[in-house]
Parts: sequence; C-alpha cells; structure tokens
Amino acid sequence: MSWIPAPVSRFFHRTSSPPHFYALADRFIPWLTAIFLLLLGAGLYGGLYLAPTDYQQGDSYRIIYIHVPAAWMSLFVYVMMAIMGGIALVWRMKLAEVMLISSAPIGAGFTFVALVTGSLWGKPMWGTWWVWDARLTSELILLFLYLGVISLYGAIEDKRSAARAVSILALVGVVNIPIIHYSVEWWNTLHQPATVSKLDKPSIHITMLVPLLLMAIAFKFYYLIAVLQAAKLELLKRETSSQWVKNMLEKQA
Amino acid sequence: MKPIRKQRLLLILLMLAGLSLAAFFALKAFNENLMYFFSTSDVVAGKAPNNTVFRLGGMVVKGSVQRPNADLLVRFKLSDFSQEVAVEYSGILPDLFREGQGIVAKGRLDGRGVFVAEEVLAKHDENYMPPEVAGSLKKPAEQP
Amino acid sequence: MSWESFWYMGGYAAYVWPAYGVTALVLAANLVWPVWQRKQLFRQLAIKQKRAQSK
Repeated sequence: MSWIPAPVSRFFHRTSSPPHFYALADRFIPWLTAIFLLLLGAGLYGGLYLAPTDYQQGDSYRIIYIHVPAAWMSLFVYVMMAIMGGIALVWRMKLAEVMLISSAPIGAGFTFVALVTGSLWGKPMWGTWWVWDARLTSELILLFLYLGVISLYGAIEDKRSAARAVSILALVGVVNIPIIHYSVEWWNTLHQPATVSKLDKPSIHITMLVPLLLMAIAFKFYYLIAVLQAAKLELLKRETSSQWVKNMLEKQA
Repeated sequence: MKPIRKQRLLLILLMLAGLSLAAFFALKAFNENLMYFFSTSDVVAGKAPNNTVFRLGGMVVKGSVQRPNADLLVRFKLSDFSQEVAVEYSGILPDLFREGQGIVAKGRLDGRGVFVAEEVLAKHDENYMPPEVAGSLKKPAEQP
Repeated sequence: MSWESFWYMGGYAAYVWPAYGVTALVLAANLVWPVWQRKQLFRQLAIKQKRAQSK
C-alpha cells in the first residue's frame, strides 16, 4: 500500500487489531450515546410538537420524521456493507468482515421500519397499505438482501469463508441501491419523488426540515452505536480462545 | 498495492460493471411493467389496454368533480396538463382526494371512453408546508 | 396545545403512534440484543474457565 502514507497505514493496522478496536469502541460508545440521545430528543420535540401541521396531510405527515431517516439509513447501511465487503475481499481484513456482518441486522431493521412506517402512512394518505410500484418493491428487495446476508453468514460454519460469501452477496446487491433511489424518477410510481435532495427549490418548510435533519443525524449516531455493540460481540465470538479475551475475562471475574 | 490485491480489486470492479450492465438491460426490457400507471395522454393516444383492468394516473381537474346522485357515485376528469380523461367511481375516496390533487385509479375503459374506476388512490406530492404558508403561496385570485 | 390534542394527532393517532412504536421497538432490539448476547457469552466463558482450572 505504497500510496497510503505510513502513519495512516499504521493507524489502520493498530485500530483494526481486535483488542485495540474493542477498547476503542468501549471508549466511544458513551459519547456517541449522549450525542444520539440529545439529537433524538431535539428531533422528536421539533418534529412531534414544534413543527406545524401540513397543509394537505394534517398531522399524519409526522411519520416522515422516522420514515425518511430510516429509509435513508437502509440505503446508507447497505452501501457501508458493500464497501466493507470490498475491503474484506481485497485486503482480507478481519475487522471489515466483522463490520459487514454486524451492520446487516441493523440495516434490516431500518429497512423493516421504513416499510412498516411507510405502510402506516400510506393507508390514510394514499388509501392503501401497500402497492407494487417500483419504489416499494425495490425497498422490499433490499430487505430480502439483508436477510439473505444474515442467513448466508449463519449457514456457513467457517466464519472466514462465510464472510467471503456474504461480501460477494453484499457487492452484488449494491446495484439495487441506485434503483431504489431513482425509481421515483425512472418510472411512474405511487410514491412521491424526493423532497430533501431536490436541488432547485426547497419543497419542505424550514420548520419541518430542521427536525427531519436532526432525526437523520440521530439515526446515523444510532447506527454507529449499534454497529459497535454488534461488532464487539462478533469479535468476542470469533476470538474466544485468544489471549486478549482471556485477559478481559480475568479482569471481569 | 500488492499485485494479488490489485487483481482482486479489478475482479470486483469488473463484476460490478457486469452486474450494472445486466441490471440496466433487464430494467429496460421490463420498463413497461415497472410503470405503475398510464398517463391520460397514453389513454387518449390509445396506448392503454382495452377491455382489461389498468391503472390511470393524473391530476383531478379543478371544477370537474361532480356527484350527480346522493350516493357515492363521483364523476371527475383527470389530466396530465395536455389530455383529459373522464372518470367514474363509486366508493370511498382517500382523505387526500380533492381537486388539483394527483391520484391513481384502477379500472377499465367502457365503450364511451369513460374510465370506470374500482379503486382510487391519492398520490400526494413531495411538498410539505404549514397551511398559512400554503395559503400565502396561492395567487390572490384563488384566495377566498 | 394540550396533551390530549397532542396524543390525538389530528385524528391520525392510529397511524402515527404505531409507526413510532414499531420504530422504537426495532431500534431498541438491535441495541439490546448484542449487549445481552455478550453477557451470555461472558457467563459461558467464565464457567468454562472455572472448569478448566478445577481440573
């Protein structure tokens, strides 16, 4: 890796050693949790209480404050998984494998939340719980991709080969991500087009936008906390017989 | 980068490129099936299927909504700002149904060229604002 | 705004609150599950270690 400066490379090598990563995660989690709770509180207060009702949808639109951040995260976490898969395949980095598989249930959770909250929003506004339009269908496929990653990893006994298999699956599934994002532009759908990423003019009032962005950042912090917790568990499971785990056990006893 | 890693990276990039190409052609082939509804222009141009159920999407034309009887029967016109199609529906409309609102109706064309709907879904837009702002955005003539 | 009208959600309470409830449940589960699993694992490992020492 001659094109990466030596200090950066050294930092990555040290951080990616399991005991070091484990300790680092322990140090960061309280801070991340504090920031997450602050953002969550501000976002919920702003979204459920301060933000005005919508001119057309009344108070039902308040589902946006969880639906949209969850949907964004469902795509974001998948892209992270695919990147980790690429790193795991090329550099055979254990920590990338761990981060990939730790992300899968969290991403599946976000996707599930996006689908369920969307359904609960669709019933009063559209008049239906579910339609097979391009946006909803591609998001459902994303849920199956996540579940596929989780079950494939569970099905293969040797965790190194399991990680390689799910890395490939994660990379294959990444073609679905632009399809989900652009589905509302490429095809006629019942789902409305994007609100926030539309560049020409603001199509959401500022008092409604601020809580939405707060919630979106809160969900990012939630992902960090959840993925670190899951990664700690996965590292322990993989390295039960190693010295650093034994040392930690003795300290706890 | 070591040659073996470079090779693996290249392999992955090739795989992604191949997949994207495959996905592109697959989506292009199924383009029609992925469309959730036909536009009113499609119907006027005769592109919509005859004698079979399909979905029609468009804006409810302002001033076109009529309830001829006391029952649930509603007549209105749908438009995509170039062509209009008359629609008949008898049933419960979603909360968002109103003039100027985008909707998607499922049904079939009858002999008169009227679209007889069996289901009406509202298609809300991507704009969110408080009622005061929405009111001030309207042209003065439209204000009550 | 009173608490009553807050919970009423302009008549959409039956949709808004279940949506928030499901979200809270799923997100909480993904946080609590690994922590609980880790505690289980530690307990198992501790028992194993004790057994190995007493041999």
